[in-house]
Amino acid sequence: MKDSFDPNADRKAWMGLMAKAPEGRVTALLDAALSRPAFTWLRAPEVGSVMVRGRAGGTGAPFNLGEMTVTRCALTLDTGEVGHAYIQGRRKGDAEAAALVDALMQTERAADLRAKVLDPLAREQAQRRTDRAEKAAATKVDFFTMVRGED
Amino acid sequence: MYVAVKGGKRAIQNAHAWLAEERRGDTSVAELSVAQIREQLSLAVNRVMAEGSLYDPDLAALAIKQARGDLIEAIFLIRAYRTTLPRFGASAPVETGEMACDRRISATFKDLPGGQVLGPTFDYTHRLLDFKLAAEGETAEAPRREADQGPVPHVTEFLNKEGLIEEAPEDDTTPPDLTREPLEMPADRALRLQALTRADEGFTLSMAYSTQRGYARNHAFVGELRIGTVPVEMEIPELGFAIEIGEITLTECETVNQFKGSKTEPPQFTRGYGLVFGQTERKAISMALVDRALRWEELGEDNVGAPAQDAEFVLYHADNIQATGFLEHIKLPHYVDFQSELELVRKLRREVEASQGQHKEAAE
Repeated sequence: MKDSFDPNADRKAWMGLMAKAPEGRVTALLDAALSRPAFTWLRAPEVGSVMVRGRAGGTGAPFNLGEMTVTRCALTLDTGEVGHAYIQGRRKGDAEAAALVDALMQTERAADLRAKVLDPLAREQAQRRTDRAEKAAATKVDFFTMVRGED
Repeated sequence: MYVAVKGGKRAIQNAHAWLAEERRGDTSVAELSVAQIREQLSLAVNRVMAEGSLYDPDLAALAIKQARGDLIEAIFLIRAYRTTLPRFGASAPVETGEMACDRRISATFKDLPGGQVLGPTFDYTHRLLDFKLAAEGETAEAPRREADQGPVPHVTEFLNKEGLIEEAPEDDTTPPDLTREPLEMPADRALRLQALTRADEGFTLSMAYSTQRGYARNHAFVGELRIGTVPVEMEIPELGFAIEIGEITLTECETVNQFKGSKTEPPQFTRGYGLVFGQTERKAISMALVDRALRWEELGEDNVGAPAQDAEFVLYHADNIQATGFLEHIKLPHYVDFQSELELVRKLRREVEASQGQHKEAAE
């Protein structure tokens, strides 16, 4: 998955970041960053499901674990760039915002969006992860052996 | 004979109006919000997601509110909603070895890389009612400690190094899907695991418990139990590559089971596997025990006739929506059915009475 020569690595990273962002966050950051450009829908926002799979024993044959809700859409900017979004949950507004960011990241506004939308999302996600990891670490058992009184 | 088949409309509407009022309860008490249920009854939400077989905490919380806390009713609502969703595809199998763990314990190895991480557990609490919770108040922040956020290896990898544990080699067969094709016997392990992960927690727990009490005992140890988040990745056809489409919380349990060997397998440890949506550890452990019991055939063990070894019995009775649907339908009007039964019993009675009458005459 972490292929260092993957030409799509950047795009995968930003799409994944937006898929996992909390409700309303991508929309708020996008609107704070710029005024939305004109676009036409290739696929209007649509809520559906994805069957999540696991593997028997963690590493063996795949099995169907259950579904999750996903919202997707696709649009094209008047300048021609195509943006896609597949995000967790039922969030049509956020899917629209994510597809716009995906399209705009292919334009000269990429650096601006990275600074104002993607970097804050990445920081917030890392912070949420660290918060939980540190609380978990505080519950790690430090075993010690009692010295038995035999001599 | 006259059978009324209409006329319940007003009664039904009024019953549902009263249901709504009863759901709300005393209006001088503040109404619960869906967000409150999602955040503060999260284990109920997790159970509804697991057995409803749809990961969406907000929907599960809404279902719990609508169902007045009846979790099976809530699961029913989720299952019904699920069928309305178009399916966009299937994810790549989640990598539980990359899980960001909130909890990770092993009952078999004390000192394991990554350590024993207890997480937010009920274990070691005294199970005494905490009356402080009856009064509103602030909760203190949990303590923290610097964390190494690298992936935590699975415990079974250590046993694997000695070749003492059965391997689970990677395989990319497309698994059967019981939401698309009806569940039929014989069910392979992939199908059994799908049925078990959405099975009723109480049923799964009891089946697992029966194996511990000696019905197909398989000496399970919890090799590892982990709870945490994993990203979900899916190949997007219009893009031509895979992206992460979200992140879900899972509970995974791997049991390590004593195994004396069989006609086909050497003595080694075998494994049972549980993987369930959300923080659902009782269910995940139960699933692993039942999975292991159902594997008797592929491991060349004897069928001792225990209920937990009987795939047909377990899988056809594990789904609480199927079960409750069939069970509860018997309270709905069966007037015509019953009328015909009544006629039959009356007829049989007349026949018995007539023959008894004949006997009497013959005896006199």
